[in-house]
Amino acid sequence: METVDIGWWGVPLAILAGAIRVSTPFLFVSLGECITEKSGRINLGLEGTLVFGAMSGYAVAYLTGSAWVGVLAAAGAGVLFGAFHGWICSLPKVNDIAVGIALMLFGMGLAFFLGKPYIQPVAPDLPDISFGFWSSIPQVQAALKVNVLFIIGAALAVFLWWAFQNTRVGLVIRIVGDSADGAAAMGYKVNTVRLLSTAAGGALAGVAGAYLSLYYPGSWNEGISSGQGLMAVALVIFARWNPLACFGAALLFGGAGALGPALQSVGVTQGYYLFYAAPYVLTLVIMILTLSKTRGMAGAPAELSITK
Amino acid sequence: MPLIKPSRREVLRAGASGLAIGALGLGLPVGRAFAADITVGFIYVGPRDDYGYNQAHAEGAAAVKLIPGVTVVEEENVAETVDVQQSMESMINLDGASLVFPTSFGYFDPHMLAVAGKYPDTQFRHCGGLWSEGVHPANTGSYFGYIGMGQYLNGIAAGHASRTKKIGFVAAKPIPQVLLNINSFALGARSVDPSITCQVIFTGEWSMAVREAEATNALIDQQADVITCHVDGPKVVVETAAGRNAFICGYHANQSPLAPSLYLTGAEWNWAEVYTGFVTAAMAGEPLPNFVRGGLAEGFVKMSPYGPALSEAARANIDAVKAEILAGGFSVIKGPLNDNKGAPLLAAGTAYVETAIELESMDYLVEGVIGSTA
Repeated sequence: METVDIGWWGVPLAILAGAIRVSTPFLFVSLGECITEKSGRINLGLEGTLVFGAMSGYAVAYLTGSAWVGVLAAAGAGVLFGAFHGWICSLPKVNDIAVGIALMLFGMGLAFFLGKPYIQPVAPDLPDISFGFWSSIPQVQAALKVNVLFIIGAALAVFLWWAFQNTRVGLVIRIVGDSADGAAAMGYKVNTVRLLSTAAGGALAGVAGAYLSLYYPGSWNEGISSGQGLMAVALVIFARWNPLACFGAALLFGGAGALGPALQSVGVTQGYYLFYAAPYVLTLVIMILTLSKTRGMAGAPAELSITK
Repeated sequence: MPLIKPSRREVLRAGASGLAIGALGLGLPVGRAFAADITVGFIYVGPRDDYGYNQAHAEGAAAVKLIPGVTVVEEENVAETVDVQQSMESMINLDGASLVFPTSFGYFDPHMLAVAGKYPDTQFRHCGGLWSEGVHPANTGSYFGYIGMGQYLNGIAAGHASRTKKIGFVAAKPIPQVLLNINSFALGARSVDPSITCQVIFTGEWSMAVREAEATNALIDQQADVITCHVDGPKVVVETAAGRNAFICGYHANQSPLAPSLYLTGAEWNWAEVYTGFVTAAMAGEPLPNFVRGGLAEGFVKMSPYGPALSEAARANIDAVKAEILAGGFSVIKGPLNDNKGAPLLAAGTAYVETAIELESMDYLVEGVIGSTA
């Protein structure tokens, strides 16, 4: 089908499309980190988990011919990384941030090492659902191709938001995250809850990696992640540990990231380096606007090593 | 960051000399073992199998490995920072490399120049740098291929294939080689139909997968229906463009397996020719040339086999122009020529052949290119 001239409409369209296409990895990693941090631990290693998930998801999808099996494999790898982090941190006098950084480097290194043979082959892609059938404009149709993982992630954000307030599991995670002593007094195994929370966070980070390698941009190479795993960890703080806000923050980052290429494509070509900094400038601006002396760490789990 | 950072090899050398003194005390033999006649080092900025820039160089290095008596040491994913200085020093000191090829553009100044000053007995040849006699050390040099001609031929293919009369270019950084490729691609297409415009999007990075995909989508949203690129690994651009049903002209290496039905042709490197030339000269004890350039005629650059989507008229047109290029004296950049802001660049009658040194300091986009260098 022939594309039609959409001119400046390309910019809002690209921001919308970018928000849908680019946000998913941010969303999954930040939801995963949200679960982990709610239980009172920080896992900075999710960038490594994401890269390893991208590699293992791509490799397994290529070997089995099924993208969904790849996603499962990536989630499984993420569980292993998360559980490893949780187990080391349950040993006495271990700093979770240091372990996270070590695991980040380990995950990336291992993914690069094992991923060499999978850079060249082409693995199957994840399917998407076209929500643009009402439009006769091919660009709109392309922009509204929504990957199933994005929909799952959005539903997961709502579910987690609900579950943290209304389910027993959600409340236990929050108790452990707010007062380890209190949770222990109530008979909950603090380290077990944290280990499981970190493993669940790792699984979501692995899925985020699989989205990168199996859908968008849809190939495995060593430069596949441009730091999504690290930025998403920061997004959790930005989103005040609220899963719904994580979803909003991920959309914002995805859309802002699309601004640079979109503006160049309509002829705003001066200063593109500046436009590429848009997501970070936006974050800073929002941080400054929402600064508050009294409620700076409102919503932060009290057991986090950064709040203690 | 500490202001003075001992490089890895300095630390290792200090440690090694300590060991050596100990070994002397024990009466053990000390000395560097030469396993081969020559050790050659290759440094890549990305992975060796990226379907692109680094793969093209690694294929050249693989050809060097086949020469008897040559040991090849390679390091990939080396950043264009002080890291590459440390890589070069460890190749020289620990592996005994006497010829080093730092292959990425940003390695040249200041990194390779700094290390070359420290090691006057080691030869350094850099890909793409503008080496000039008297300015840069005598043990350094540069080599490059006139791949702009390949992008001109790509442009002809694009000019025949485009129905919207808009073609797109995903570019990394506005350095002279990239600008020459963009301009050549646009001029090639406009030689077919002067109404064609070429939209360029700079990503600002040699390798940034998500942004390259976004850039490709943005170009196609603005109706570009033939896409080419100059980034380190074209795989993402090629796959994204194919997903949107746009035609593709390849770059660096042959990407036709990624999009067999939409791949028109491509401009590929053939570094094996260059590297085996340097290494055989070094082994024969001959002085190495400091400034090596070559194009389609010299075998430094080649075109991908034509794809099924390329029309007979396009094939005939490309074959004819290629014959002119091979015969020598062909110019892509020739007057009268304006830049894309309307300012005159070249007067009628002025023409730069592919070897013209002026092309290596290009800082403009020609008429017909939509985009800006900053």
